[in-house]
Amino acid sequence: MLSIQNLHASVGDKPIIKGLTLDVPAGEVHAIMGPNGAGKSTLSYVLTGRDGYEVTDGSATLNGEDLLALEPAERAAKGVFLSFQYPLEIPGVPALTFIRAAVNAQRKARGEEEIAAPAFLKTAKAEAARLKIDFDMLKRPLNVGFSGGEKKRMEILQMAMLSPKFLILDETDSGLDIDALKIVSEGVNAMRAPDRGMLVITHYQRLLDYIKPDRVHVLAAGRIVASGGPELALQLEAEGYDKYVTKDAA
Amino acid sequence: MSLATAFKSGDLTLLPSKRDEDWRWTDLRGLIREVPPPSPAFNGETPPGVFDHLAEDFHVLANGGSAQIVADEGELTAVLRFLSANDGTAHAAKVSIEVAAGASLTLLETYEGYGAGYFAQADLTIRLGEGAKLERIVLAGDDAEAISVSQAEVTLAAGSSYAQTVLTDGAKRQRIETRIAHPGAGASVRLDGGYLLRDRRHADLTTAIAHEGVDGTTSQLTKGVVDDQARGVFQGRITVAHGADRTDARMGHHALILSDRAEVDAKPELLIFADDVQCAHGNTVGALDENQLFYAQQRGLPADAARALLTAAFVGEVIDRIEHETARETARAWLNQWLGVGE
Ligand SMILES: Nc1ncnc2c1ncn2[C@@H]1O[C@H](COP(=O)(O)OP(=O)(O)OP(=O)(O)O)[C@@H](O)[C@H]1O
Ligand SMILES: [Mg+2]
Repeated sequence: MLSIQNLHASVGDKPIIKGLTLDVPAGEVHAIMGPNGAGKSTLSYVLTGRDGYEVTDGSATLNGEDLLALEPAERAAKGVFLSFQYPLEIPGVPALTFIRAAVNAQRKARGEEEIAAPAFLKTAKAEAARLKIDFDMLKRPLNVGFSGGEKKRMEILQMAMLSPKFLILDETDSGLDIDALKIVSEGVNAMRAPDRGMLVITHYQRLLDYIKPDRVHVLAAGRIVASGGPELALQLEAEGYDKYVTKDAA
Repeated sequence: MSLATAFKSGDLTLLPSKRDEDWRWTDLRGLIREVPPPSPAFNGETPPGVFDHLAEDFHVLANGGSAQIVADEGELTAVLRFLSANDGTAHAAKVSIEVAAGASLTLLETYEGYGAGYFAQADLTIRLGEGAKLERIVLAGDDAEAISVSQAEVTLAAGSSYAQTVLTDGAKRQRIETRIAHPGAGASVRLDGGYLLRDRRHADLTTAIAHEGVDGTTSQLTKGVVDDQARGVFQGRITVAHGADRTDARMGHHALILSDRAEVDAKPELLIFADDVQCAHGNTVGALDENQLFYAQQRGLPADAARALLTAAFVGEVIDRIEHETARETARAWLNQWLGVGE
């Protein structure tokens, strides 16, 4: 599914990702943990094609197709979805309008018919109910004045509506209360499918109690420095990143 | 000043120039080298207009002329169309509008350029009686090479309310000016504008509001979008005279610059001579937010569509304030057409 080989990327002139290799096969959920500033969000931006994030070496493919050659919207239409660590506020655009525009843009890019308004509204209502989002909130400008937790729920709602193939969740658990964490995790788990892959970036083992990863990777100083099963997350929780950070600094 | 007087007298030094403080960003004298010939009488067929179906009172001024609109009781919807049909010729139009005490008027006004490089002047005198209401919606669609000036003088009696939204895509040089006097007490004004400019177009939205009575309110919002080598000008002056107590006046001008070579010149002014007032103004000029653009693209909107969505939302705030529902939808369609998006 997602295959990253020896990826190097810079922000401005500063190299941040330094030879990162990672494979997430279809049907699997991989967690990425790592200290602040390690390059986790940078990796998610490189994979989604943000301006200013320059790939200097290596490759990233989704089902064999070169992601790095595509525009951000083309990557989205191929099914790459990023749940932002800090979702943006979009003044003047009601959430429903925004999501419908996104759904239809992706459909158009794939040569599919636009979704009819009633069908769209019906799905949006059902998904909102499942995520315990008050439907009236979807009539307000997207994320404007929403609380941190509400913004994260709105990311998951968009994900559910867009039904992507590959999900990158960048600290989706941060800012969520205990109940919301459960609801959001259920929303994510509902998306697990044999043809879908996920990369879950988090600082906290607790999210991984809800979203059980197949593999856990440690990202430090721009590279994957350790990989293991779910037990690695528990070990990190107990021991911290010390041994990975010092090893790299040496 | 008027284009017409200068042309009639043949004395081009009467044209406003950048040396006139009030016209410094809309120089006409430097642009007009000879007196253009007068426009011939228009005898073609009037093309359909966007507001025609709403008209209870209908006026077409093609290549100049004059008209009078009177709302003496109840509610009236009037359509006022200024047409410029010829190339390189000059004409002037004069309109007087009267809304009697207690009456209500919706004025749907368009400027339509069918000719090229014409010189058009429109003068409007608008008077509202006590408790009268007027909502004026202006859609200006001049030719890219036109020089077009529209000037409205508005006088508000006590307790009247005046709402205006001007939307324009500019011309070679275009000035749309509104001067409002609030001599009576308790008059309220909403004074909005939107300019959407590309190529080498220019638009100047100039407003001057004088609060002379007590308890007046003004709420002003202008939004601009400039692309390519276009130039937008906003001059807004609110004067609160001595004794015009409890005036509440708010002015906002916000512009988006979409290209390095586009320009916005803004001069918001609050001149306050009364003590007990609430006044505020805000003025911002900037680019689209890169983070928002990326977010929308990540969700699948191609870069152009993402820009159009955010731009429409930016200007949409002005359109949302239009009270007349059909006019609001017409204005939104006009905006979407400018942006090249559907719906
Ligand atoms: N625009 C930028 N200009 C310069 N440096 C940047 C820029 N963006 C990110 N960086 C740097 O890149 C490094 C990696 O940042 P990144 O946001 O990817 O970290 P992270 O692993 O997601 O951290 P956190 O856990 O705090 O979210 C940091 O040192 C950061 O300061
Ligand atoms: Mg991060």
